[in-house]
Amino acid sequence: MTAESALPPRLGEIVEDFQLAEGSEKLELLLEYARKLPPLPDWLRDRRDAMDQVHECMTPVFVVAENRDRKLVFHFDVPPESPTVRGYAALLEEGVRGATPEQILQIPGDFYQEMGLQDVLSPRRLQGVHTILAYIKRLATKELASSELQSDSSTPHTI
Amino acid sequence: MTQSNQEYARPDVLVETDWVAEHLNDPNVRLVESNEDVLLYDLGHIPGAVKIDWVSDLNDPLVRDYLDKERFEQLMSQKGISNDTTVVFYGDKNNWWATYAFWVFQLFGHTNAKIMNGGRKKWIDEGRELSTDVPQYPPTQYTAQERSDHEIRAFRDEVLQALKQQNVALVDVRSNDEYTGKKLHMPEYPQEGALRGGHIPGAQNIPWATAVREDSTFKSREELEQIYGTKGITPDKDVIAYCRIGERSSHTWFVLTYLLGYDKVRNYDGSWTEWGNGVGLPIEK
Repeated sequence: MTAESALPPRLGEIVEDFQLAEGSEKLELLLEYARKLPPLPDWLRDRRDAMDQVHECMTPVFVVAENRDRKLVFHFDVPPESPTVRGYAALLEEGVRGATPEQILQIPGDFYQEMGLQDVLSPRRLQGVHTILAYIKRLATKELASSELQSDSSTPHTI
Repeated sequence: MTQSNQEYARPDVLVETDWVAEHLNDPNVRLVESNEDVLLYDLGHIPGAVKIDWVSDLNDPLVRDYLDKERFEQLMSQKGISNDTTVVFYGDKNNWWATYAFWVFQLFGHTNAKIMNGGRKKWIDEGRELSTDVPQYPPTQYTAQERSDHEIRAFRDEVLQALKQQNVALVDVRSNDEYTGKKLHMPEYPQEGALRGGHIPGAQNIPWATAVREDSTFKSREELEQIYGTKGITPDKDVIAYCRIGERSSHTWFVLTYLLGYDKVRNYDGSWTEWGNGVGLPIEK
């Protein structure tokens, strides 16, 4: 099994787009993602304090997992003055939207190596994508645990 | 809040946002934005400013070192900077990468350099204009000196020697958690890229951002003298500042050298990512 086949389909496509982009085009692509990170939905806007902060990030990144019948949607809040981190968050958000917790847990921890961002970003900057992936996996694990506990509940919930 | 920059030892190295706004079209001035985040400039910058990135522009791609004289000359030419251009640096996060770029420029002797007090944040908070146009300037002929590593840059072995000397003052400008060694790893990742946590023996801890106010401008000379002086970081000492990779410590280097007028301040850019991993190097917790 190749690394790509373990990725949710949309994330696989995004990785491929980055592979095809050359040099500074990779950064432009990341910037496009940074620009299109969806704003928090209304129901979360007043509840940002209830969201989990990814403490390992130097940039304040808030994330919440919404479970829509075992398909996860992540909502991120990242300050606009951190476009690189926003870009990662946005590509992960789009890439894993609607994936099951199992699919998310299968994403190889180094999937972003395939994107070739290490050529244009320093290791410290790459750490951001690693950290956010590790964090959404943690949330996916929690979802998995709670869905096993309440397997007949179909009510969407957040953590 | 307004104070005169004249109180600083070298008031000429600091300009205010008003000054920059008045010099946007001055052909003898080149604005340089340097940020931690490589994409931030592209979202909007001061009109006419060029971007200099600490990784892709200032670091050597293969050796852990800075660019050499030839590459610095090429970079200056590309950015439209001549030997007599006044270069004004500004950037995100209290100007930390701006002072880093300023410091690298000093390795090549470009002394006609300034920092915009308050950085990118203050410019934006004041509601001033931003542009996404990337300016192109005619290439220049720039002649740099060979990189001079001995006045303002400290190396590992020099720091090791310094531990035995009385007149040396080491200042660790990282957060207190990094200094005490409490913070090193995060789940699944070595946060500092270092094997051990702690600090260089004898170093005092004065986090770099202690030197700025809420609005990112530098504190007054009196306040700064108090902050550094009470910890024994005084002008009679041979001061060496360090952090993780030398960016935060270039900010402190700038404060001590230009705002307080210390004669001998060096930035140890190997910093904790070298010292914390170095074989045979003593640490303290």
